[in-house]
Amino acid sequence: MAMATMQQPIRKSWWRSNQQRITPWLFLAPGMFMFGVYVIYPIIESFWISFFQWDGLGPKTWIGLGNYEELWGDRAFYTSLKNNIIWLVLYMLAVPAGLGIAIFLNQTVRGIRLYKSLFFFPFVISQVVVGLMFSWFYAPNFGLFYKLIETLTGKGIAILADPNLVTYGIIAAGLWPQIAYCMILYLTGLNNVSPDQVEAARLDGAKGLKMLWHVILPQLRPATFIAVVVTVIGALRSFDLVSIMTDGGPFGSSRVLSFYMYEQALSEYGYRMGYGAAIAVVLFLIMMVFISGFIWKMVSDERGA
Amino acid sequence: MTFSMKALVLGTATAALLSTAGFAQQRTLVFNTDTSDPAPKAAFAALVADFEKENPDIKVQVNLFDHEGYKTAIRNFLTADSPDLANWYAGNRMAPFVNAGQFLDVSDVWKENGLDKSLASALPSMTIDGKQWGVPYTYYQWGIYYNKTVYDQVGAKVPANWDEFVKNCALFKAAGIDCLTTGTKALWPGAGIFDYLDLRTNGYEFHMDLANGKIAWTDPRVKAVFDHLGEIVKPGYVTANHAAIDWQDAATLLVQGKAANYVMGNFAVATFKDGGMTNDTLGFMPFPVIDPSIPDAEDAPTDTVHIPAGAKNVADAKKFLAFLARADVQTKLNQALGQLPVNNQSQVDESDPYISAGFKLLSNAHGLAQFFDRDAPAEMAKLVMEGIQEYMVYPDHEDDILSRLESARGRIYK
Repeated sequence: MAMATMQQPIRKSWWRSNQQRITPWLFLAPGMFMFGVYVIYPIIESFWISFFQWDGLGPKTWIGLGNYEELWGDRAFYTSLKNNIIWLVLYMLAVPAGLGIAIFLNQTVRGIRLYKSLFFFPFVISQVVVGLMFSWFYAPNFGLFYKLIETLTGKGIAILADPNLVTYGIIAAGLWPQIAYCMILYLTGLNNVSPDQVEAARLDGAKGLKMLWHVILPQLRPATFIAVVVTVIGALRSFDLVSIMTDGGPFGSSRVLSFYMYEQALSEYGYRMGYGAAIAVVLFLIMMVFISGFIWKMVSDERGA
Repeated sequence: MTFSMKALVLGTATAALLSTAGFAQQRTLVFNTDTSDPAPKAAFAALVADFEKENPDIKVQVNLFDHEGYKTAIRNFLTADSPDLANWYAGNRMAPFVNAGQFLDVSDVWKENGLDKSLASALPSMTIDGKQWGVPYTYYQWGIYYNKTVYDQVGAKVPANWDEFVKNCALFKAAGIDCLTTGTKALWPGAGIFDYLDLRTNGYEFHMDLANGKIAWTDPRVKAVFDHLGEIVKPGYVTANHAAIDWQDAATLLVQGKAANYVMGNFAVATFKDGGMTNDTLGFMPFPVIDPSIPDAEDAPTDTVHIPAGAKNVADAKKFLAFLARADVQTKLNQALGQLPVNNQSQVDESDPYISAGFKLLSNAHGLAQFFDRDAPAEMAKLVMEGIQEYMVYPDHEDDILSRLESARGRIYK
């Protein structure tokens, strides 16, 4: 009895004295647990598997850096890497295009909400549907685009059958929803642009591009940052459109890294888990360059503020 | 206390008794299958009903999987939660599972029921290490389906050999018709053309050796196959942009009379007929002879049923396989599937010209290939099919393609 009464206040005071320190961790714990199980652990596991030869059924064989050596000489890997870079560069067009449409739609006209939602529409429909629509659009013999080119030049172009054009054709399909996404980010940003500053700039004689560049854009920086981040990540994980529109073809010329990884590790003709994991590791490292850049920028902005 | 103990013992005993009694009356057989398309689904439902009627003490529990999803699912359920029976494919396609010890050796079912005679045509493709690993129940022929109307239109005769086929192509070209159509977006239709050119140029044994990595891709005999393909690719006799066309869309070209010939499997007949072709306008011919000294072999992809190594009810699963192998069962099943029975004692629908032609073709074949993506290891098959597709767009890449395939061969077959 005496012991219990003695312990009670001690325990209580330990909790009291550490409450401030522990509480944040308690709140973070569920999230950290999930992050650990579903993000950190798979990353480590992927690194580990990439050192093995494994078909997913039988025993694993350790081959050290064998998978990476094979990647080094693998033409399909370089095609995928090259396409990923093209994706990164051209996908960036979504940012200025989204800004342009946002500025265009940022006015008070009757029914502007309807127009805004129509422009936003492509982002709402599934990527699979976008892919199907564009593959019919490009389809040889009956596609709208093919027919259009045929009437203009006399000879249709089957974008998805041409190894030199196919990636651009898919990126165009991808840009459609991505522009809508950037547009909506900028539209919300434009709501927060201070009218006083615009007014003041106008009094000082700023107009058109000058106004945009020196007054509006600096105020849109948070929106631009997010738009760039989602576009970079979107470009690097482009998978669904490639899978739907071409399945990586013709003869592998529209593959990107994420698709190649899927193909090697999980598709009907794959089940090379180790090789797929090695591709995933390379893709992860490329993404890490961008992600750490973004995080660095965010942290330094916060410190500066 | 004593009372409750007694009750407990009694209760458990009755429960145990009941469950054993139940077990004796009704044994279950779990069957995982990918026959999710309407016709196969109905055919399998009838098959299972017939089996249950003959074996009232066995209840078959069918788990239907989506056809494409099944290819991934099987890898999971074989190791995690094994059924008693599972659908799969013959040839090299079953090799990974056999080698990993996931399929049960069913040689005894073959021996007891004399299947090596009745299913003789599929024996080689079901055998690995001298043992049989499943029972084949259906296959279908490949060959050339052609539009009789356009043949009449340009005055072409059905070719007796490859040279005549190529000569016909010039006639079609002049009339603005694709001599050979195909849609290689999904890669495999191109492999059908390659398979046949190789089977006709170098023969069945060579083809299987090539699929098994025993022959160099830079071998002049392989080049000869590509050169034959070049005879129709280089002059532009093959549908342009085939790399972006689905096989169904290429079928439309044949139906519309924009193309004359299509190397396809018999399952495409339904598509041609949906498009409005009839027995009078749709023709079928075996792939033409290239070298008369080579005995004819055909492509005939075979579907099979296997017993997974983790099956709980092996005795009844074997009973099911024996049932599935029977001539009358295969007759009925394949009538519903619209395909060919593997059992040579089975009957086929003589009024269907494609089915009866196919049955005759396969029964007299020197050998049956499974199709390149089932004969060769999956990884190699993919590269080869891409190579064929590339060749059919850029025939001048021949040497590059072949040397690439040869270096892949060195890596894949170890």
